[in-house]
Amino acid sequence: MPSLPLTSQLINLCAALLLLLAFAMLTQRRILSLINLFALQGFVLVLSTLVVAYSTRQTELYVSALITLALKVLFLPWVLHRLIRALNVRWDVETLINIPATMLIGIVLVIFAFNLATPISQIAGTITKSTLGIATASILLAFLMMITRRKAVSQVIGFLAMENGLFFAATSATYGMPMVVELGIALDVLVGTLVFGVFFFHIRETFESLDIHHLEKLKER
Amino acid sequence: MELLLVLGVPFAGGIVLAVWGHRSFAPELNSGMSLLTLLAAAALTARVVTDGPILVWNENFFVDPFNVFLVALTAFVAFTTSLFSRPYMRIEAHLGRLSPNRLRLYHSMYQMFSFTMLLALLTNNVGILWVAMEAATLTTVLLVSLYRTPASLEAAWKYFILCGVGIAQALFGTILLYIAAEKVLGAGGTALLWTHLNAVKGALEPTVLGLAFVFLLVGYGTKVGLAPLHNWLPDAHAEGPTPISAVLSGLLLNVALYAVVRAKVLVEGALGTHFAGNLMMGFGLLSVVIAAFLLSRQKDIKRLFAYSSVEHMGLMTFAFGMGGALATFAGLLHMTVHSLTKSAIFFAVGHAAQKSGTQIMEDIRGLIDSNPTIGWGLMIGSLAILGMPPFGVFASEFMLLTAAMHQQPWATPFLLVALGVAFAAIFGKVQPMVFGNATAVRLPHPPALIPVFVHLAIVLLLGLWIPPYLAEWYRQAAQLIG
Repeated sequence: MPSLPLTSQLINLCAALLLLLAFAMLTQRRILSLINLFALQGFVLVLSTLVVAYSTRQTELYVSALITLALKVLFLPWVLHRLIRALNVRWDVETLINIPATMLIGIVLVIFAFNLATPISQIAGTITKSTLGIATASILLAFLMMITRRKAVSQVIGFLAMENGLFFAATSATYGMPMVVELGIALDVLVGTLVFGVFFFHIRETFESLDIHHLEKLKER
Repeated sequence: MELLLVLGVPFAGGIVLAVWGHRSFAPELNSGMSLLTLLAAAALTARVVTDGPILVWNENFFVDPFNVFLVALTAFVAFTTSLFSRPYMRIEAHLGRLSPNRLRLYHSMYQMFSFTMLLALLTNNVGILWVAMEAATLTTVLLVSLYRTPASLEAAWKYFILCGVGIAQALFGTILLYIAAEKVLGAGGTALLWTHLNAVKGALEPTVLGLAFVFLLVGYGTKVGLAPLHNWLPDAHAEGPTPISAVLSGLLLNVALYAVVRAKVLVEGALGTHFAGNLMMGFGLLSVVIAAFLLSRQKDIKRLFAYSSVEHMGLMTFAFGMGGALATFAGLLHMTVHSLTKSAIFFAVGHAAQKSGTQIMEDIRGLIDSNPTIGWGLMIGSLAILGMPPFGVFASEFMLLTAAMHQQPWATPFLLVALGVAFAAIFGKVQPMVFGNATAVRLPHPPALIPVFVHLAIVLLLGLWIPPYLAEWYRQAAQLIG
């Protein structure tokens, strides 16, 4: 097997780290650490985008790396940190049911993701096409995280992690979406997080807790 | 120019009302802005009808007979809903359910919501379409929880999370579409423009496009309220303020379906099979049947009509999925009449609930005695939505069933049974609310019922006689989406 060029190896390393972080987030019980993991995932994303940008000389990708750095590594984690301090859930620990089972489901999802991504990466002409499977896997893992969590804050982090996975999919398969679309997505994520933030306070005010089992009253009877 | 106004007026309205939305003249300002948007939309429509499709601003915006008809409908219903919301929100404020700050949020977001929907309709860029759909969720989520009751917060949370996850799937679908498009059109801005994609759709990689469509359908389908992804819809409709229920049902669902149909056109072209249409038919039929059987179990009047929206969106999805000139024509007509009738019903329901002080149907009685106009509005509206002749819904459902009998005979029994069950459920519940012994209170502001009857009159007209230019317009649109 011929050895890959250094940039491809770096991108593959980043992709592997992303997958590892996705699993770490899936099983992390402390909300504070979860936010830090999310920031770290954003940082790895920035690194991989920079490597892709450098190796393909796509100037637009530098811009999107910059946006990601500002938004997902600095601003959103800062907002989330402030939020959990203001809401006083900084040291909260979630009781997760059955971590091993969740991990196993996660592994199944990864295999499924690779199967799903194979036909797509065959037609993608980018140097990063092999990482598309990992991108799909991290989307699905974030999705799993949203399903298994009981706290509003961690559901939102799951949502943002899913967005990270989508961003990674876009960069790895196509060197990024057109700039105007990427800006729009960034704006939506930003506004969305702020709305979530406002929302937390409303939930807290009404239920005196951020546990979403309070939010399961509306059902078909 | 008209296009700039159509988008600029609601955007400016959102900003202006963010400043003055709590003043006493805010409801009038809101209606005024919506009226200006409607006039601009009418001018745009007139231009497209005379000059044909237009493509402006580096091809980033595109107006053809299909979307211009939805633009006109959206602007019209947004305007009449703003008329209804004037007394409605004043009564709510009078009852102490809303503070000035929340009214400001409401008015500002109402305009922003109109803006995002019009942007979603007018943009030629599939990526911007996604951005606008997500923004439409964001603008309405705080409106659903406007009353800050536990139930409304729960509804808004569910709406946010479910539609957020759904819309993330749609983004993945859009990315996949871009992967396939980039191969043919090259990287950069033009690869996501719908007109370009449509021109080369035969050359797009079929496997990727098929996969993309699954994600797009699930993603936007969540917003359309297709079963089994419809859970957010009844909650959001029941717990938010009624004008928001009216625009969610009448407009947002249509816009989401519009996104699905646009995607379907591309995918059918690329695959050369009926894969996309079959998926849509399946989801559509499932929604019709599930919603019809859930109708009879409802206790809350707004939930009842929310489920009816799921049923009708299912019918439209089925019609567009079936394809062909007749079915698509029926789908477009159904979009129009459903949106007009359902918003009219929500106007009547809103005032009926205010008069009775409850949304529980068992406690709403004798509307015909306490306020004949509300009573008749609700009764006629319900008959119209249930597909009684001579209303427009009858015409579109009749066409749809005829098309189904020709093209997909196996589906007709399901549709007929579902329509029958829905009829029994809704009529059985509305009848005692309208007739029976009155339980109502007096409202501090006179209710706005003109929009109800204007809408129902148009629906009646469409049932009896479709103006030739409108029919021509539908036919052109039907040709475009096949």
